[in-house]
Amino acid sequence: MNVTLKKLKDSFPDSIIDTHSFRGDDTAIVKKEHIVKICEFLRDDDDLLYNFMMDLTAVDYLGREPRFEVVYHFYSLKHNRRVRIKAPVPESNCTIDSIVSLWIGADWFEREVYDLYGIVFKGHPNLKRILLYEGFEGHPLRKDYPVKERQPLIGPKN
Amino acid sequence: MSAGQEEGIEKVLGNSVLLTQLDAIVDWGRKYSFFLYPFVTACCGMEFMSVAGPRYDLDRFGAALPRFSPRQADLLMVVGTISHKQAPILVKVYNQMTEPKWVFSFGVCATSGGFYDNYATVQGIDTLIPVDVYVPGCPPRPEMVIDGLLKLQEKVAKEKWSDWPRGEALVSKKGR
Repeated sequence: MNVTLKKLKDSFPDSIIDTHSFRGDDTAIVKKEHIVKICEFLRDDDDLLYNFMMDLTAVDYLGREPRFEVVYHFYSLKHNRRVRIKAPVPESNCTIDSIVSLWIGADWFEREVYDLYGIVFKGHPNLKRILLYEGFEGHPLRKDYPVKERQPLIGPKN
Repeated sequence: MSAGQEEGIEKVLGNSVLLTQLDAIVDWGRKYSFFLYPFVTACCGMEFMSVAGPRYDLDRFGAALPRFSPRQADLLMVVGTISHKQAPILVKVYNQMTEPKWVFSFGVCATSGGFYDNYATVQGIDTLIPVDVYVPGCPPRPEMVIDGLLKLQEKVAKEKWSDWPRGEALVSKKGR
């Protein structure tokens, strides 16, 4: 379990902002610029072999700087281990590198995060809305999206 | 209901016995012969099927035959959740129906958005088209639907000749 965090800290000493581990759940908070290298290391290193990208999502901490955090969950089929990688993304520079080059399955996860949070993934082959329709204005899962917002497609209230 | 909108025949005859009897006959014919347009999108459709089935019969009230063309139907039953993408379609179908027409909001999703209080569901179709009867329930019991239909029949029985035509729903006039 702590093998992962130890190896990460040894190989990327200046990219890891923080790590913590609770009852077997390992988490590493990394800088967003190095996310692709870190994910590649997690996937290819012989002791780690995190070959299954389980989840890619984002969290909006409104009021905190940096505002968003992109969360990745990885699982190693061989070693039966999980790790969580969090990459803070500020609102002013709301982009992060895409990991589609490492896992093709991350394609739709990143489109969903773009659709609902507005975080742009650099290097993504087809970044457009996936769940909502094309004329939708705004990113609804952000905390400052009003719940009762009336979209242009359905017009004003009679 | 029809304030200041009197047609030619009403102006001549006023509120005379001839016209009220004509209203009564026409409303009697209309209320006992609804042609439904079941605009079914979601789970309430199952309950609609059971209302239209043999046990809770809608045929007893004259509302037996569903017509899946808006030109031939007069009662638009909006059954189920209306999402934002579905909203222009609903408004288009409503506008294509010929007058006289009534709207029956079946279930809480059509009435008020239901428990989908979110960014992609229309919070009640009365923000899009004028509704005559609201039947809440998730889904409503068939007896509730029949009660709603009877209330609609009572409403139709009180209508006057000058109530129709009314014009199209406002949402469709939006420039896109």
